[in-house]
Amino acid sequence: MANLKTSEKKTKAQSMGLHSEVLTGKTQQKFFNPDEAENFYYFGTYDVDFNKRTEIDVKNMECREANKKIDELMKDGYGTIVIKNPQGKHSLGVGILNKLNLIFEGSLGYFGCGSMDGPIVRINGRVGWSCAENMMAGKVVIEKNAGSCFGAAIRGGDLICKGSVGARTGIDQKGGTIIIGGDAGAFTGFMMQRGRIIILGDVGINLGDSMYDGTIFVGGKIGSFGSDAVEAELTDSDQDWLRRKLKVAEIGENFDVSKMTKVVAGKKLWNYDALEPTEKKGAI
Amino acid sequence: MCGIAGLIHRGNTSKVGFELQGMLQALKHRGEDSTGYALYGKTDGQNFIMRFKVGENVGEGSTSIMEDVSVYDERKKIVDGYLSDLEAKIIKEERILPYSLRYEIEYDKDLMEFSQKIESVPGVEILSMGKSLEVIKDLGNAEAVCKRYNLDKLVGTHAIGHARMATESGVDIKSAHPFWGYPFSDVSVVHNGQLTNYWNNRRVLENKGMRFMSECDSELIAVYLAEKMRNGATLEEGMKESLTGLDGVFTYFVATKDSLGMAKDTMAAKPLVLYESDDLVAMGSEEIAIRSVLPQEIETYDPFDGEVKVWQI
Repeated sequence: MANLKTSEKKTKAQSMGLHSEVLTGKTQQKFFNPDEAENFYYFGTYDVDFNKRTEIDVKNMECREANKKIDELMKDGYGTIVIKNPQGKHSLGVGILNKLNLIFEGSLGYFGCGSMDGPIVRINGRVGWSCAENMMAGKVVIEKNAGSCFGAAIRGGDLICKGSVGARTGIDQKGGTIIIGGDAGAFTGFMMQRGRIIILGDVGINLGDSMYDGTIFVGGKIGSFGSDAVEAELTDSDQDWLRRKLKVAEIGENFDVSKMTKVVAGKKLWNYDALEPTEKKGAI
Repeated sequence: MCGIAGLIHRGNTSKVGFELQGMLQALKHRGEDSTGYALYGKTDGQNFIMRFKVGENVGEGSTSIMEDVSVYDERKKIVDGYLSDLEAKIIKEERILPYSLRYEIEYDKDLMEFSQKIESVPGVEILSMGKSLEVIKDLGNAEAVCKRYNLDKLVGTHAIGHARMATESGVDIKSAHPFWGYPFSDVSVVHNGQLTNYWNNRRVLENKGMRFMSECDSELIAVYLAEKMRNGATLEEGMKESLTGLDGVFTYFVATKDSLGMAKDTMAAKPLVLYESDDLVAMGSEEIAIRSVLPQEIETYDPFDGEVKVWQI
């Protein structure tokens, strides 16, 4: 259990509105820190070589068989794996706790790349519902569109969709960054707790509904604000970070970040920080 | 959970029965209590095709009560008599299964009166009535139903279908989708989701003279749209009104003799993946349904909340 204390000195992440409390003591939880990007790579159980590359065709494979094959290849030291013909299959590339370059030549179905910690994934197609759900660290880039619940409950890493995404993007998000090149649907950032969402296009109704914490940046029109989501001042620090993040994500080149709308939690609805330490402990 | 799928060939025909079978079979993990097809065939447009049942399928895990086949024969005889009374001429008659029949009928009067008369026979339900629509629904997965009714060779322009996991009502044909948009010729509906104001709407619609054949909440959509159209609304207008008139979570498809439409609730709580091109629109609860007809890499997307779309053939 994390020992929660309030510190007067703010870290860079705190000053950017990522979170407000400080964790001390024995804890496995880490907040995003732009100065410690390398710490987000989780070196897993296999020692792989990125220059060792192979391809597998999963056209006639069930998802379990395909995922097992990926695991076997990592065990053999392959650091770059290309998946051919995923053809919208569900649950491909899940549970990878290793550094790896994973490339999908096609589209994924539901729950693609879920519960992963470390890989760099490129999907040259579309993804279905709940892509990268519960991702701890790593990077996932989707070249086309994504379904609903994109990046649900992610705790870290970068999740990038170059097209548009469905409803409830970043629902229950606990960290990391989600970047959308196109539009996003209703209830984006629903109940998000930490992390950041960047949407270059328009967003649907109930943006940031019941969000606890975290930040959402929107480049286009906002359908409506959800309960307790409020507009905040876009600082120079925010703009610097946005430019850098978009550049690294290779998305939105020349996009004018100074005109983006910043949305944060009003902290009227759910505010655990207002609780006494004993109450807070009980709530967690 | 349920899965829905649909496709429309624009300016062309294809083996829509075979294609829809592949799409629905890809969704069988979403439910295989029953499967239904609404196929829009290539017809001369002269006569009506009436698909109707005189009993239930009591196998395949059915929740229906077993009846003697002689009861089906008796019901069929009464229907034939009523058709004669209505001055409807049977051009062609097929009894595909003891409980399932297909009649080609020459008839040019009021469909409401026709349907009320035929369905006044206990145990008889018209599954569809149209000049190009044929609704075929039965228990089992898409492959089993397709094989039972020889649907894979049916050529047409568009089709919608449903793979059902029974949650709100029994495992029987009357609760299976698609639902005919009674009493409108060639209108059918499939739905994925739950409607929470079913009884309120049903009471209102029944008081207006609309008919419900099951207790399946999805039937409400067909009846709701039929009532709107009866009062002069276009299909698209009726669908847009349904976004607020129907409460709950839903994605549904509706088809008429020359169009196919989709609507998604305002919370976008139910899935839908869509592929659109100049000559083909294909959509389903999951991308794998579309992949069964388009295995190559394609551009697909999820329609947003509260979206309504209609395509013409």
